[in-house]
Amino acid sequence: MKKVTEGLKAIAETVALCRPEVVSAYPITPQTHIVEELSVIVANGRLKCEFINVESEFAAASVVLGASVAGVRAYSTTSSQGLLLMAEVLFNMAGMRLPVVITDANRAVSAPINIWNDWQDTLTIRDAGMIHLFAEDNQEACDMHLQAFKIAEDHEVMLPVMVNLDGFILTHAFDPIEFPSQEEVDKYLPKYVPLEKLDVKNPLSFGLMGGPDRYLETRYAMAETMKTCPAVIRKAARDFNQMFGRNYGELIEEYKMNDAEIVLVSMGSIISSMKDVADELRAAGKKVGVLKIRCYRPFPVEDIIKALCGKKKAIILEKALSIGGVGILTADIKASLYGQKNVPEISDFILGLGGRDIRISDIKAIVARAEKENVKGEFYGLDPKLVEEMDK
Amino acid sequence: MSTVKLFNAGHTACSGCGESLAARLVMEAAGPNVIVTNSTGCLEVFTTRSPQTAWGVPWVHSLFENSGALATGIVAALKAQGKENEARVMAFGGDGSTADIGFGIISGMWERGDDVLYVCFDNEAYMNTGIQRSGLTPFMGATSTSPAGSVTGGNQKQKKNLPMIAVAHGVKYVATASVGYQKDLQNKIKKALEIRGPKYIQILVTCPLGWGSDSSLTIQLGRLAVETGLYPLFEVEEGKITNTMNVAKPKPVEEYLKLQTRFRHISKKPEEIAKIQAIADANFKKYKKDSVLF
Repeated sequence: MKKVTEGLKAIAETVALCRPEVVSAYPITPQTHIVEELSVIVANGRLKCEFINVESEFAAASVVLGASVAGVRAYSTTSSQGLLLMAEVLFNMAGMRLPVVITDANRAVSAPINIWNDWQDTLTIRDAGMIHLFAEDNQEACDMHLQAFKIAEDHEVMLPVMVNLDGFILTHAFDPIEFPSQEEVDKYLPKYVPLEKLDVKNPLSFGLMGGPDRYLETRYAMAETMKTCPAVIRKAARDFNQMFGRNYGELIEEYKMNDAEIVLVSMGSIISSMKDVADELRAAGKKVGVLKIRCYRPFPVEDIIKALCGKKKAIILEKALSIGGVGILTADIKASLYGQKNVPEISDFILGLGGRDIRISDIKAIVARAEKENVKGEFYGLDPKLVEEMDK
Repeated sequence: MSTVKLFNAGHTACSGCGESLAARLVMEAAGPNVIVTNSTGCLEVFTTRSPQTAWGVPWVHSLFENSGALATGIVAALKAQGKENEARVMAFGGDGSTADIGFGIISGMWERGDDVLYVCFDNEAYMNTGIQRSGLTPFMGATSTSPAGSVTGGNQKQKKNLPMIAVAHGVKYVATASVGYQKDLQNKIKKALEIRGPKYIQILVTCPLGWGSDSSLTIQLGRLAVETGLYPLFEVEEGKITNTMNVAKPKPVEEYLKLQTRFRHISKKPEEIAKIQAIADANFKKYKKDSVLF
């Protein structure tokens, strides 16, 4: 039976069903309700788990790293500045091949300080070696956590996974959520079995220095693992669909793509609006489809080539950029398509930064604009008065 | 079990390294049923150049500033598995990671009351990166970032009093030790590991390279630091000094300073040596047995 639940609380409930043995997190808007709710769940004895209050996100990530290397399932959650404060640990955690799951309530990065949604936080640490998954709605965000633990802990993978959901747009939205039973979750996600752990009966050293003679191969091994991840991610999605009857695609999801000429490409919650736009424009005779990127790292190069080559136009909507460079998602997509045949024309727009609303009418205006000419890295929705004021 | 198996020879520490000697003594006292977290620093680097390791106990290094939080996570994981009696957890760090970059983490660990013995190997500067000043560099000590210049000579700040900061956190057992007093050091480790809750031991470890001392003087300098009063040895239990190392006839600080090039710039400046002597004299008055500190 579905239960109307706030996004963050639904995630806390789902994480509890995944039976983490150690949870450590630090509060930050818009993630706070996850850490609050999990502390309540543990305090009321509904989840047998060590819940560790800490003094920073850096500490939270370090605590779960320690717990993971000691052989238990560990979880943390953060957002924005907190994710950046964790960054050093996240690179380390991935390099140490520890399957921690972290939820990121995607939020803009200061300055100016801004608590609202975009993807600058998560995309800034895309190179850490974590798997990055993006949820379109709260049901998918919940279900993605089950998959995230399963993917991370797969012995072919052993990498941390970040589940991303858009701050406020999803985190604070109340939706009817279907919660699986504990028995179902236990069946889908059995107890974590570490490959190695800190153990006095088998004393091993972890986190050794790798000099110029070994470092290159260590990083190569991570890159190679990322190539084997897609199969594990696909299987996790298929097994989930089979067991729970919910399908969100695998690395990508294609919506009305078969005969599409124009393809809207993005990630996260904006996909829902894009699907509505595709429906509307199709009713008006335009062949529009939507390409949802569900797995951002490893970047699904093959899936993207298959989905986009042969189409007339791809329009990328993105909520982050590499300042001084280009849109981050755009760079990945263009790099994937380079050298391929029948590559579509690409227009890309930066929009919605710091929580600026993106309405259906905005997406329609973007399609109309991109139909007229190819647009490269244009900021959509700028207030000309403010632009002039800041120019002074 | 032979001590060699817990901390093996063949690592790459410098000759006369006080830290490697202290680490071996700590492991010998602690025994095999411990898990060690280790911050980035000399000890980590010279013991674990992949694929080799000097450690015969489960050991983990992550970053420069998080060995305390790793220890918290490990204690939590042991508890979650019902294995909290299988192993005691120790966190190791140098003076820089402990007093400076990792201090927030350590404060958090103490405040939570985590069952961890934190051991600071205090060689009084960032030795691994080339002898830069840390919060535990002594007054007047010359380092590569507090040099003996023509206007200012050496470190102009007082050594941060980390043991008292630990006491103020309510750490159950706080002790100082020196590589010059090996039995004392080992007794303190053993005693600390008997106690549940947070423990802090700060060990003075001679660094011939960083201090500019002869590598044969490692033990002697570890003793002189105590005998002059510059590194008082004491134990604080539940906020009360329960033991101090008695120095019957304190030696003048000059005897300690003159053996190290880090103090060479003041060797002919009696007024500066007098300032250091004053610190030593004050230490003898400050750390008295049975004093209630907190």
